Amino acid sequence: MSIDTETARRVAKLARIKVEDEALPALAQEFSAILGFIEQLNEVDVDGIEPMTSVTPQRLKRRVDEVTDGSQPEAVLKNAPDAREGFFAVPKVVE
Amino acid sequence: MTDLTKLTIAGARDAMRKGDTTSAEITDACLNAIEGAGALGAFVHHTPEIAADQAKAADVRIKAGDAPAMCGIPLGIKDLFCTKGVPSQAASRILEGFKPEYESTVTTQLFDAGAVMLGKLNMDEFAMGSSNETSVYGNAVNPWRRGNDDAALTPGGSSGGSASAVAADLCLAATGTDTGGSIRQPAAFVGITGLKPTYGRVSRWGIVAFASSLDQAGPMTKDVRDAAIMLGAMCGHDPKDSTSADLPVPDFEAALTGDIKGKTIGIPKEYRMDGMPEEIEKLWADGTAMLKDAGAKIVDISLPHTKYALPAYYVIAPAEASSNLARYDGVRFGHRAKLAQGDGITEMYEKTRAEGFGAEVQRRVMVGTYVLSAGFYDAYYNRARKVRALIKRDFDQVFADGVDAILTPATPSAAFGLGEMANADPIQMYLNDVFTVTVNLAGLPGIAVPTGVDKQGLPLGLQLIGRPWEEAELLKVAYSLEQSAGFVAKPAKWW
Repeated sequence: MSIDTETARRVAKLARIKVEDEALPALAQEFSAILGFIEQLNEVDVDGIEPMTSVTPQRLKRRVDEVTDGSQPEAVLKNAPDAREGFFAVPKVVE
Repeated sequence: MTDLTKLTIAGARDAMRKGDTTSAEITDACLNAIEGAGALGAFVHHTPEIAADQAKAADVRIKAGDAPAMCGIPLGIKDLFCTKGVPSQAASRILEGFKPEYESTVTTQLFDAGAVMLGKLNMDEFAMGSSNETSVYGNAVNPWRRGNDDAALTPGGSSGGSASAVAADLCLAATGTDTGGSIRQPAAFVGITGLKPTYGRVSRWGIVAFASSLDQAGPMTKDVRDAAIMLGAMCGHDPKDSTSADLPVPDFEAALTGDIKGKTIGIPKEYRMDGMPEEIEKLWADGTAMLKDAGAKIVDISLPHTKYALPAYYVIAPAEASSNLARYDGVRFGHRAKLAQGDGITEMYEKTRAEGFGAEVQRRVMVGTYVLSAGFYDAYYNRARKVRALIKRDFDQVFADGVDAILTPATPSAAFGLGEMANADPIQMYLNDVFTVTVNLAGLPGIAVPTGVDKQGLPLGLQLIGRPWEEAELLKVAYSLEQSAGFVAKPAKWW
């Protein structure tokens, strides 16, 4: 399957990665090569096979739904590029 | 004692217990070796103060007489592990400046056992790569060279810094992580032992996530005994990782009896690839003969879906990565791009991720985004998960037929030159994982053991694959193979 420049642009947008226009054709070509490789999977007969959800047949453990941690706003904000007054700061979202 | 850095974990443990040396002395020797090994690019964050404090505390415990095996052992920690107050950036620009406020479960357990952290180790960015060439820190370099040729070789990837550091005796052992072969391929490229445990054996909590259904941490060590010792300290149930198995941890070292009489070893015909170098063929045949001589029964087996493991992996791993790496948005930690006048939150995300992620990471995030997008989810992602189920069924069947372990080559070649693959398409690099990736897809334990050298004097390794949760039995076979192979070569020091 061949990926065109428009599809590459759309995928970059979905992934929230800025790709300059001039880089799109090369990117589309790389995607095409990788997807071409992946397409071998179409040779496999997968009729009646359930998609794997867990590699070990274990049931995930459950625990009581209760607060086990918290009240550490300083630690949580410590690595933020921009934190103010106990909040993460971002560019204006709402006009 | 001389050459303290050359000690194994077992050797250091015994020497410290006898009082022949101290953790402080071994740690000092390692710190000195690291100081002089900048050319290897293995250590990317140095923590000598932490190391000195931990060594001092370890010596007190050892003197008191009830210290665990890892007490006082100086280790390198892959940059993928979150270490409290110490940069942990997965070799990515997007985590520049990130100092976790918490400690990963694996490093917590190692430090509780008394292990010493010398620093953080180089790797491929977000563990995506097979040559350590995608790192923001620059390349890690293999201490081995081809004969007298001084061309720099890759230590493999993604745990390239771990491999280089252990092979060059900068530390006694190192942590690695393995999503498609990232412990076993680099171990084979530098002539050390690398173990990927059964999925769920080691907690993933606090390890930067790449592909959560495949990621597993493990030891990278100078020999099989050390792998057994270090694995014991790394694994165990962790309530903070819901996929961590609540199973008892056996004494792995006690399993190293050397006796593998009556074991059945499978040789899978699908691993005999077209164009496989003769040296790898011979290495594999020699290893088979060694296990046979040690009393194992050798049987030919078939794992018919092997061919589809890599394409399935290159759907599943990028899909999971695209989801896991969505958290790098420039809001909570790491890098945020400088914004232009009028830029909104979408521009912040897009610019931050374009600046913060390297080319290979961007590629995989976008491929993952594509295979998960509406209209393609069934054709790619669900189909890959079905093929994954078939790959696991192949293994289930041979184990049900009585096979105890499977012997394969670890890599399709010896270490290649840094930069040699620069113009190859990404698929060429992906082929490095052809023998290892099946093991991650099936969640099995696998170990790479060095068993020979090629014509140019570079180390080559074989891989043993075990039954789920039977690392002890796997280590037993690996130990026998190691004893028979008698691999003792070391790289000549040039750095």
